[in-house]
Amino acid sequence: MADKITLEVFRYRPDDNSEPSFQKYMIPLQRDWVILDALNYIKDHIDGTLSYRWSCRMGICGSCGMMVNEKPVLTCAAFLENLIPGPVRIEPLENFPVVRDLVIDMRDFLEKLKRVKPWIIREQEDPAIEEYKQTPDQLADFKQYSMCINCMLCYSACPVYGLEPEFTGPAVIALAQRYNMDNRDHGNSARMDALSDESGMWQCTFIGDCSKVCPKKVDPAGAIQRYKVHGANTWWKNLLLPWAKDK
Amino acid sequence: MDHISYESDVLIIGAGGAGLRAAIAVSEKDPKLKISIISKVYPMRSHTVSAEGGAAAVIKDNDSLDDHAYDTISGGDWMTDQDAVEIFVREAPKEMIRLEHWGCPWSRQKDGKVAVRPFGGMKKKRTWFAADKTGFHMLHTLFQTSLKYSQIQRFDEWFVTRLLVDDGRCQGAVALEISTGQIAAIKAKSVIICSGGAGKVFPFTTNANIKTGDGMAIAYRAGVPLKDMEFVQYHPTGLPFTGILITEACRAEGGHLLNKNGYRYLQDYDLGKPEPRPVLRSMELGPRDRLSQAFVQEREKGQTLEGPYGDYVHLDLRHLGKKIINEKLPFVRELCLKYENIDPIKEMIPVRPVVHYMMGGIDTDIHGATALSGLFAAGECACVSINGANRLGSNSLTELLVFGARAGESAANFALNQNGSSKGLDFLYKNELKRLNKQFLNRTGGTEKIVDIRKAMHHVMENGAGIYRTEVALSDAQNEIQELKSKFKNLRISDTSKTFNTELVGSLELSCLLDIAESVIQSALFRKESRGSHQRSDFKNRDDANYLSHSLAYRNKNGAPEIKYQPVAITKWPPGERIYGK
Repeated sequence: MADKITLEVFRYRPDDNSEPSFQKYMIPLQRDWVILDALNYIKDHIDGTLSYRWSCRMGICGSCGMMVNEKPVLTCAAFLENLIPGPVRIEPLENFPVVRDLVIDMRDFLEKLKRVKPWIIREQEDPAIEEYKQTPDQLADFKQYSMCINCMLCYSACPVYGLEPEFTGPAVIALAQRYNMDNRDHGNSARMDALSDESGMWQCTFIGDCSKVCPKKVDPAGAIQRYKVHGANTWWKNLLLPWAKDK
Repeated sequence: MDHISYESDVLIIGAGGAGLRAAIAVSEKDPKLKISIISKVYPMRSHTVSAEGGAAAVIKDNDSLDDHAYDTISGGDWMTDQDAVEIFVREAPKEMIRLEHWGCPWSRQKDGKVAVRPFGGMKKKRTWFAADKTGFHMLHTLFQTSLKYSQIQRFDEWFVTRLLVDDGRCQGAVALEISTGQIAAIKAKSVIICSGGAGKVFPFTTNANIKTGDGMAIAYRAGVPLKDMEFVQYHPTGLPFTGILITEACRAEGGHLLNKNGYRYLQDYDLGKPEPRPVLRSMELGPRDRLSQAFVQEREKGQTLEGPYGDYVHLDLRHLGKKIINEKLPFVRELCLKYENIDPIKEMIPVRPVVHYMMGGIDTDIHGATALSGLFAAGECACVSINGANRLGSNSLTELLVFGARAGESAANFALNQNGSSKGLDFLYKNELKRLNKQFLNRTGGTEKIVDIRKAMHHVMENGAGIYRTEVALSDAQNEIQELKSKFKNLRISDTSKTFNTELVGSLELSCLLDIAESVIQSALFRKESRGSHQRSDFKNRDDANYLSHSLAYRNKNGAPEIKYQPVAITKWPPGERIYGK
């Protein structure tokens, strides 16, 4: 095994007025290292000015998504060993504005998340005396959609979001679906309003790249398809039975 | 110099479980209160996300509040404040049900009620869980629920550098916006710190990179004492190299700890007899301090295994079978497969003790109030104290809710009784700008590297303030930390950019870590007894006559902190022996 490997890292510092470029770093190749360890090595020993986000290093905080050899991945879960002989190209997640180096601007996601009301909506809130009942099967109905760690890999993989930034996007639709399918929730129609005048959803061509790149096996593509079916049904229902109220 | 200033009623520093719960409590107290919540990361990146096993609260008929209280108090080796524990166990069920109503996907029984699992040191099953991603689900539920309150204004990716204290009252903070480099005064009528722990003072920890004790340090610098800092929890089962946590729920489901001979060695450490199925408060379900200490003794006997990243023992889950592992411990399997290339269905997991949690923190009363008027704290950064000398697994997630809510309510009440801010704040803000520019932003010519100081600090802490401690080792450690603090003044910062300067943030964090390190060492040096997680090889017994007291570390500008003591609150459980396995 070669004992060194080269990383080609995207650099961009807006206050320098410099153009984006790639910088090469030769680093020791250690069997146990993930890409994030390599970036930390660069930061500590070669170049303190390299900027990127990270925190938990165990695939749950969702901070460290980047493009590695043109694929969106969590860098804490991508082993260097699998990328031999290199060079390995590391870029910020695609489809997002770049703040600096490997740091993207994800404020758009947070705005959109709020719009779909990702919280339990009840006709009336019960006092906190006992739990709402939910069987294991009812939990299983929405559980996978609740596993989203907001890592943004699906947005980076989504061809529609790339072309149409207005698109609510895979993770947010999956999270809306997470609440719609929860038997404790009565907010389906309130959320549908936020999504119904959505142009992007109808453009989703079910390529499914969002589901393929998800590190937590959430299936946003499936959520979007269910929404489309539900949306179409609701449209017909409202047209034919205007007195029938959706859940 | 631009003067940037924001105003709010309640400022919350930290957006993890405690901070978000506090924000919701303030919102519910009075919708007119304007809330600012500052965090150096987006809320869903907070370290609450990494908690795995569960959250304790009495919900089943065979359980009682007194049982939960007794387990917590004996688990904490009688260093817990019993008035705080009584409030904690009483309010825990209601808080957990509220979180359930907000949508937390708790694992369920067939009849639709919430399921509970056993946990270390607990004599009844009372740990609620969402598979083995409990913290993740709690954090996202709280974050998503917080989005419905329009009065909450978030300052995502801002780093707080100092509290604004004028007229004897905390009235806000100065903070740096990481993405732009702008530094602003965020004024408030009351402030709550919920910034988490400081595991990153040690080299080998389950804690995320962000756990650098910033909130503890800014309170300490404002003259607020840090309480019980000598009590540092080692979790007995972390993965070697990465320090990734392998949850106690593995042992609760029936996992075994084995030495190099395949022997369940805990039976030799006064923790009970090995049974095939898990027994509560026994063997693998003993408390974390005792299990971590047993590992060190087993290593001294030459009974552990040697690996490239230090000695380890085995955690064996194989006999649980595929179904239990996939249903109850899916994240553990995922972590082992991804990070160790091991499948726990077929192979044993290498584990070793790893720094996990700070029992100590900002001294607060049962309302979350600190000694500084207008300043409150909750969560791991605070010490109320329900965890005493050793926290029981699954109490800290519940603590976030109970004391996050209480601190929110107290801070709201405080804010409602205040008028405007005092005139001195602008002057304090300008002083802080000057300090930051001089020490960090415009500094040139330093020679000390961040990585060198950080690594030296890690080395000092592991050698001097690890699982077993001595007078000599602690004294040396304190001298070395003071030297590192001098070196820090000559730090080299190569990045001068104002945009997302992570080297600058790393320097600010390192300055906080050094303050925490000195407080841990000094508190440990002065406690000449062994209790819970604090084990002194030179003082092997618990000494209630002299040390049934909380330590309080007060910052001293010229070196190690001054240590004072305050008595432990005892209500109805007089100090007794900790008995496990019987």
